Amino acid sequence: MTEPTVRPGAVVDEEVALLPSVAEERISVATQWQLMWWRFKKHRLAMLSTVIVFLFYLVVVFADFLAYSDPLASEAQRSLLPPHRIHWFDEGRFAPHVYGLTGKRDPATFKRVYTPDPEKKIPVRFFARGFEYRVFGLIPMDRHLIGVEGATAEETLFLLGTDEQGRDLWSRLMYGTQTSLIIGLVGVSLSLILGVFLGGISGLYGGVLDTIIQRVIEILRSIPTIPLWMGLAAALPNDWTVIQIYFAITIIISLIGWTELARVVRGRFLSLRQEDFVMAAELCGCGQMRIIFTHLVPSFLSHIIAATTLAIPAMIISETSLSFLGLGLRPPAISWGVLLQQAQNIQALAISPWLLIPSIPVTIVILAFNFMGDGLRDAADPYGQ
Amino acid sequence: MLAYLVRRLILAILTTWAVSVLSFVVIQLPPGDYITSYIAQMSSSGSFVSEQEANALRQQYGLDQPQYIQYIRWMKMVLQGNFGMALEYGRPVAEVIGDRIYLTMVVSVAAIIFTWCAALPIGVYSAVRQYSWGDYVATFIGFIGLAVPSFMLALILMYFGFTLFNANIGGLFSDEFAEAPWTLAKLWDLTKHLPLPALILGLAGTAQLIRIMRANLLDELGKPYVVTARARGLSEGRLIIKYPVRVALNPFASTIGYLLPYVVSGSIIVSLVLSLPTVGPLLLKSLVAQDMFLAGTIVLLLGVMTVIGTFISDLLLMWIDPRIRFEGRQ
Repeated sequence: MTEPTVRPGAVVDEEVALLPSVAEERISVATQWQLMWWRFKKHRLAMLSTVIVFLFYLVVVFADFLAYSDPLASEAQRSLLPPHRIHWFDEGRFAPHVYGLTGKRDPATFKRVYTPDPEKKIPVRFFARGFEYRVFGLIPMDRHLIGVEGATAEETLFLLGTDEQGRDLWSRLMYGTQTSLIIGLVGVSLSLILGVFLGGISGLYGGVLDTIIQRVIEILRSIPTIPLWMGLAAALPNDWTVIQIYFAITIIISLIGWTELARVVRGRFLSLRQEDFVMAAELCGCGQMRIIFTHLVPSFLSHIIAATTLAIPAMIISETSLSFLGLGLRPPAISWGVLLQQAQNIQALAISPWLLIPSIPVTIVILAFNFMGDGLRDAADPYGQ
Repeated sequence: MLAYLVRRLILAILTTWAVSVLSFVVIQLPPGDYITSYIAQMSSSGSFVSEQEANALRQQYGLDQPQYIQYIRWMKMVLQGNFGMALEYGRPVAEVIGDRIYLTMVVSVAAIIFTWCAALPIGVYSAVRQYSWGDYVATFIGFIGLAVPSFMLALILMYFGFTLFNANIGGLFSDEFAEAPWTLAKLWDLTKHLPLPALILGLAGTAQLIRIMRANLLDELGKPYVVTARARGLSEGRLIIKYPVRVALNPFASTIGYLLPYVVSGSIIVSLVLSLPTVGPLLLKSLVAQDMFLAGTIVLLLGVMTVIGTFISDLLLMWIDPRIRFEGRQ
């Protein structure tokens, strides 16, 4: 978009905007994006959701920093420990600590059982040193948001408990969030490319090509997808590396979302083609490419953004479902689905309900994306209230 | 009307064909072929298959032919009702699948019936009492239904079923009926077990349908014919049920088209969590074991059943909506 064509006097603060005449003037000179932003701001739930989504992507960026123990470090002895509670105050002073665990061997089962010991107070430190990682893959670092000094089985912190292999669930959840949300974004970008390309062709050229693409979309939409994706995912060779599988799964998942996006793009192209400003551009001798990219695309870009936002949750659910079945990402990769895989049966749930915790961020993020997309869609509609 | 019917039928046939090609791709994708898996199977049980024997088998099954011929051969087999052998079980695929495919459909159809039964009254209520307390509750539950993937819902319900009622809520049959032949008692047992999977599978669709129903009905409620009917003194209940609801009912039939594939997809995963005896667990097992004839057949059957279901919904839509019935005549 070009710079907003706002007269100097029209830049007013919120208080003055309450006066009707000034407000009206402000609206009439505002750009399309400003109007959208104002409408979007009025949608409280969408604003809140946007903040939540933003926070989740902060986790994606700083997963290493937020995790405090190596997500892959397993220790059979501390398997399935329940979540630790942080005690923030110690005798009135602010001194966050957790109770240490005392391990005893159960005389009946010979299993090591850990119980919290109120006598052993282990201080929790902020910006503590922990395992080494690289910030943005470049700068070596070993500071973490929280942590305890000297990590042994009895003394380590387990905010959300541990899994069967004794790995810390909190740290794994941070990395799982990173993986699942990145897959959502990459998957949606791939579907967007496919959808815009095929939908654009369909809407622009019409005729036989349009009919064929529309029928293909209809056929794809009437096939139960999960069995098919399961088949495709299961066919990935066993000797592939984690990275290869990661990409393959992303591609498989992106094959789901493009049909909806293609339909939105086509619909927009079809309705905009009839508009007067397109004919005016044609009469002025604009080339096809110029009409598409300087006249058509800006006027439906906002709709595409809204549709894309609404497509992301489907991607996340697909990845989570596939990994949950053991056909998507496989350990040592960590994603929400991989984490939930451990909570697959009733026995596991009965003994260690905290393994179900990863379902909370899944739900929150999907809801947030849905509300955000709804808000964007309403804001993008120029005829909405 | 005939034109519509023919168009739908052609689309259904095309879709069936696409499903068959995709299923064939699923069968062909893993490295190696049926014989490689067969040899692996044999050698794991201690037998030995020589190179010559393997080649003879390949010729016999036509595996040395190009792909498209293999596809045609496979289709011929399938059309004759022969789906090949399930390696892991050493039995014909058709026998291994058995009742499971019907149970999958029973569960899916139950989910859709639940969706309708729940979405119709709630949708009407939300529209007629817009912005009421009940409308907000319905909207909230609707959003939860949209946001929680069905398998997670199953997990959570199972957890609460276990902790609160100390009951395992999975399965489609009680223990005594699991292997029993079909009797009325077994059917009744199935009926008692159906509501929960139906609820879990249907919730997301219900949420969508409530929103569609609410929006459609709100559009209709402001129209002049409603005002006229009200002015003529028709009672509010009759008025709403008799006119606007009937018009707004359209999406109920037209959504089966995409609801059915969605529910069938979901049933695969939910079946695993709730250990329902549908094709879901079988499909996963066959994929993990690379038992591709079994997996391909399941994908094929699920696809074909979905296509048939969608076609039925098209017929239903035609029956409900005169605009489609008389489209060709104007």
